[in-house]
Amino acid sequence: MQELLRRYGSGLTLIMCLLVAFWLLMLVIVPNITLFEQSFRPYLPVSEIGGPRDVYSANNYLKVFEGQVTSSLFGIEFEIPVRVRTFLLTIWYSMVVAVLCLMLAYPLAYYMAKIVNPKSLPTLILLLFIPLWVSEVLRAFAWWIILAFKGPLNALLLAVGLIEDPIRWTNMGFTGVVIGLIYTYVLFMLFPIYNAIQSLDTNQIEAAEDLGAPWWKIHWRIVIPHAKPGIASGCVMVFMLSAGSLLVPSILGSTTSQWFTQTINETFNDALDWNTASAYAFLLLILCTLFVSVAMWLFRVKLSDIAK
Amino acid sequence: MHKTRQTLAHVYMVLFLIFMLAPLIVMSGAAFNDSKLPSIVPWRGWTTMWFSEMIADERMMWAFANTLWVAVAVALISVVIGTASAIVINSIAGRARTVLYGLMISTILIPGVVIGISTMILWTKMGNAVGTEFFLFNPGLHLSVLGQVSYIAAMVMLLVLARLQSFDAGLEEAALDLGASHAQVMRRILLPHLYPAIGAGAAVAFFQSIENFNVTQFTRGGADTLTVYVFSKVRAGITPTINALAFLLICVTLVLAVIYEINRRRRARIEAAREAEARRAEEAML
Repeated sequence: MQELLRRYGSGLTLIMCLLVAFWLLMLVIVPNITLFEQSFRPYLPVSEIGGPRDVYSANNYLKVFEGQVTSSLFGIEFEIPVRVRTFLLTIWYSMVVAVLCLMLAYPLAYYMAKIVNPKSLPTLILLLFIPLWVSEVLRAFAWWIILAFKGPLNALLLAVGLIEDPIRWTNMGFTGVVIGLIYTYVLFMLFPIYNAIQSLDTNQIEAAEDLGAPWWKIHWRIVIPHAKPGIASGCVMVFMLSAGSLLVPSILGSTTSQWFTQTINETFNDALDWNTASAYAFLLLILCTLFVSVAMWLFRVKLSDIAK
Repeated sequence: MHKTRQTLAHVYMVLFLIFMLAPLIVMSGAAFNDSKLPSIVPWRGWTTMWFSEMIADERMMWAFANTLWVAVAVALISVVIGTASAIVINSIAGRARTVLYGLMISTILIPGVVIGISTMILWTKMGNAVGTEFFLFNPGLHLSVLGQVSYIAAMVMLLVLARLQSFDAGLEEAALDLGASHAQVMRRILLPHLYPAIGAGAAVAFFQSIENFNVTQFTRGGADTLTVYVFSKVRAGITPTINALAFLLICVTLVLAVIYEINRRRRARIEAAREAEARRAEEAML
């Protein structure tokens, strides 16, 4: 603090501190406190707000447990509240997306860091970046076209002879959503891992090769441990982006693939029940906080390593 | 064995590139297909009618204008807040720094849905409490700007902070000793050093804002931005006008990418020529 005052004087320091305070208080902390407070209030007509019925309760959170549906897992059928099911499926499929992204991105990250000719690397990165600059909604829309019943993917597969009848891709549970999320977010896995592998000394790999280690052992014992912070960062980013995505599940989802953000959106924008929506949003926030904490603990990385 | 693995790696790279770029080609192709549904199969012949329909689509043009001003506003505010935060973070230490820094970067990880709802509730509630009709407290794109700034500022902050690491604080000391005012130190010494990072931050903020859907969807009131408009179109009967728009955006991206690439190659060539020159000079000296 003295540093700031001495260098920039009291006027500038005050302005800078006010800016930081405005950001953190007015745009981050106070809104989230309001969200938390609001989530315990009942949904009332305007005239009754502040009236005798406007009291705190956990009713909004309990709404998560309303409405049972039958679901089955490994052939066992059981009853489960519909929103709990949505919540769990969102977590599950976000994890699936993160793992698939990791499997897709890791080989390419290694290729970019260690195999490719360094001269052509910038061109490759530029090509990979092009989809990232085209907005997310258009990327999801592109897959909407591709996966359509009479779309190019079915036409291609039919022409090659891999399938005999066109497949309804967007009507197969979460298939469309998972494909769309992978396409949209795989680069958020690729670049952190690439950055991590890049700093690995190639001599280590060569030494292992000279000593006769098979290729999978080199990856398992040398490359992956070194890339761990990148992998952690990529997994957290992809999971958070997927779980929080509203566009992709809405555009590519089928009738049976409800995403938790869609539930929040319907409650907020269609039912106009802001208080219940706050409760759901708060649940999503808790989930994400928990996930990041577990990932940080599991991979032993710091928050500053994840959000780079 | 080594050779086969190399070849496999190259093949994988090509497949990955196809996976990333093919959807964009399909989407662009559908902009020229004379079919009411956006697709490239069956091909019904070339047409440019979707482009003229896009220009005639007033709602889309409004959405486009909205997107632009929101993005410019977000970029401006994020750059100011992000730069100030980076300077503050850089000159404090200890526990306060850890807490503040953690708080700042955690905003990147908050889901957009949560940011959108919380921003909307806070400002409309404040409006109700004060009992004013002032526009700031009503739903609208200005709230989207505030919501987007709350996490985009953190990205700018990270970029500027990285640049600050290479800043020599001695320069500021020297200027102060020589009698410069605090404002002069900021304007003539610190900020010029930060300009590259500030420029990069502004660009990142601008594009992040154009991309944004989640925050906007919950705070926009009745106004449209491009992402929201395209989204509503996909849900309620879509026409290839969207493809025409996508094609134009992809073209802009491609042109920018090509310019960047040519620039980079030219700089690499100059660099290589300089190195060769230096080597020759060294040899001549020997």
